[in-house]
Amino acid sequence: MAIGLTHFLVIGAILFSLGLYSVLTRRNAISILMGVELILNGANINYVAFSHYSSGSVEGQIYAIFVIMLAAAEAAIGLAIILAFFQIFHTIDVEAAETLKE
Amino acid sequence: MDHPIQTDYLRWIVLLPLVGAAVNGLLGAVLQKRIGKWIISLFACAPVLISFLLSLQAFLDLLALKPDERFLIDRLYPWLSVGSLRVDMAFWVDPLSAVMILVVTGVGGLIHIYSTGYMREDKSYWRYFAFLNLFTCAMLLLVTADNLLLMFVGWEGVGLCSYALIGFWYHDHVNARAGNKAFIVNRVGDFGFVLGLFLVFWSLDRSGHGTLVFRELEKFSSLLQGQEIWGVGVVTLATLFLFVGATGKSAQIPLHVWLPDAMQGPTPVSALIHAATMVTAGVYMVCRLHFLFSAAPATLAVIAAIGVATALFSATIALTQTDIKRVLAYSTISQLGYMFLAAGVAAYGAAVFHLMTHAFFKACLFLGSGSVIHAMGGEQDMRKMGGLRRSLPYTFWTFAVAVLAIAGTPLTAGFFSKDEILWQAFSSPHGSPLLWVLGVAGAGLTAFYMFRQFFLVFFGECRADHHVKAHLHESPKAMTLPLVLLAIGSIAAGWIGLPEIFGGSRFAEWLEPVFGAHHEVHASGSSEEILMVLSVAVAAAGFYLAYLIYYRGRLAPERFSSLAGGLFYRLSYNKYYIDEIYQFFFVGGTLLLARIGAWIDQYIIDFIVDGLAKTTAFISWIHGLFDNHVVDWLVNKIADSTFDAGDKFRKVQTGNINSYLYVILGAVVLAIIVKLRYWS
Repeated sequence: MAIGLTHFLVIGAILFSLGLYSVLTRRNAISILMGVELILNGANINYVAFSHYSSGSVEGQIYAIFVIMLAAAEAAIGLAIILAFFQIFHTIDVEAAETLKE
Repeated sequence: MDHPIQTDYLRWIVLLPLVGAAVNGLLGAVLQKRIGKWIISLFACAPVLISFLLSLQAFLDLLALKPDERFLIDRLYPWLSVGSLRVDMAFWVDPLSAVMILVVTGVGGLIHIYSTGYMREDKSYWRYFAFLNLFTCAMLLLVTADNLLLMFVGWEGVGLCSYALIGFWYHDHVNARAGNKAFIVNRVGDFGFVLGLFLVFWSLDRSGHGTLVFRELEKFSSLLQGQEIWGVGVVTLATLFLFVGATGKSAQIPLHVWLPDAMQGPTPVSALIHAATMVTAGVYMVCRLHFLFSAAPATLAVIAAIGVATALFSATIALTQTDIKRVLAYSTISQLGYMFLAAGVAAYGAAVFHLMTHAFFKACLFLGSGSVIHAMGGEQDMRKMGGLRRSLPYTFWTFAVAVLAIAGTPLTAGFFSKDEILWQAFSSPHGSPLLWVLGVAGAGLTAFYMFRQFFLVFFGECRADHHVKAHLHESPKAMTLPLVLLAIGSIAAGWIGLPEIFGGSRFAEWLEPVFGAHHEVHASGSSEEILMVLSVAVAAAGFYLAYLIYYRGRLAPERFSSLAGGLFYRLSYNKYYIDEIYQFFFVGGTLLLARIGAWIDQYIIDFIVDGLAKTTAFISWIHGLFDNHVVDWLVNKIADSTFDAGDKFRKVQTGNINSYLYVILGAVVLAIIVKLRYWS
């Protein structure tokens, strides 16, 4: 069978879902960040797929590069936050952040 | 009679004693202590004496007028003007009230002077004179009132002062009770008076001329002629009611019981109130309303019957009494009976004549007995007296004159007036020989018991103990002077009322404008002479019997007192047990009602009231229960559920990032679905 747009969208959706699952479920803060990366990359695949199959231009691929750049910056900041988090709670288990618990 | 002369001084006759009463009543205690008793005497006697002079002036003014214009009036101010009732505070003097004011102020003045001697030692000197003056004012108000309502004010006023003066020495309960008795019995009579007053006014009003003014009542009395109420003639009923009032005030059967007890008061009070003035108010009232009474022959018959019955009845009681004042008390009741006998045969002039002469000799007798009591140091029992004529000369001679007068000795005032009554009882169209016979019998008894008293007190051996005998002395001038003047009056006052055969009665002539001309008589003039001789003979027989028993000692009283096994004596001595009968029925009945009332109050009414209170308390308790368990439960429940809800909602704040993210995801999905499904 010929590999079409749908296959890439499905892969993007699978990546997105796995990323979402990771964000929602995991206790490790870095794992959550990895999940966020996965979400972003899933969205990227969608961008590139649409750029190749639906639109004749390369705008989608340019956007994908922006998104990778954003993801990098965000990962840096995220890690900075996790560092600060660690300095307070001395763990990176997000379940430790219960101070707002009623 | 339609053009009365307006004057300004009549009011002072009534008001001066009031001023005296006010001064002595309000300031008396202080004045007596600071200045002395003489100032009290001055403030008390002066108003009455001045009133006497003013009364003389009024009398002279009347004389200067033509007979059918003899009429003075003094209108103070309009008092009541309600509906068709117009009543003024106004005083009038016509020949009848002229007689009354002269008697009241004259005899009253003498008694005031006498009292300054008699009450000299008393601590409450000022209170005595305050009430005496107040009484004089009320009595003068009664006789000069120009309308029936104002007369009633005076009527009540004299009753009040009588109560106050009878119970003057109130620390002794007997005196207080006597005062009560007088006032209460009087009240019963007053009830009748008021009913009569209402009836007169109401029925006149029905005919369009409602009034209570005497002149107008006389003018319109003919309107009442045919009127009936409840099947009885209005005039008869009204006059009967009014006579009930007179019965109470003037101590006739059956309301006579208060007067003997009234002797508990000071003797001058007995003289003034219960001999000369207050008790004569009933007679005055009947005479004042003579036109009403003359129009009701049935009532006149009742009045004559009660009058003569009372005269005879109380004379029989006086026969056996041993207290010097009690004899005089019953004598007064008896003489009042004679006055009503006269009124009952429409001989109003004769009634007033006897009123006047009686005032003189009865006051003289009472004041004389006061002098005796004073000399005996307070003793009133005649059995302990005797032979006092040697120690009390003035008292003796004046008493003798007065006794002669009351017994109807020829040429004394008492003779002329009593004789006139007896003659009228026989000869008047309303009279009958029977009335005459009963009247003469009473006269005989009167002569007997009065001379009995006279001999017991003044003759024979003195039966008092040594202590009293040593202190026997004649009374001071203040007391003997009035006695002398009254004794003179007891003789002289009669000469203005001579019977037809001796030249005609100036007195009757004087009263003609009031009562109308002398009516025809049934019998001839010579029968008058015969009857006169007969009545004198009967009186002489009474005197002789008393003379035999009490002066000579020839007959023993036991011969009479043991008749019928002593029954007559016991009935007489115990006043026919009437007081005991009244006590049992009326007083006992009232007390029984009171006890029943108290029982009802305690067991029934209190039961209801307590029950209501307990019910209220019970209902409150239920409310409390409700409040605690229902309302509070609800309120607490709401508070609790708010807490619970809060508790539950609070769980959302887990502090866990992951769950927050779940929520966000859920919300986004929901938003997308809603957007896709419901918004195009």
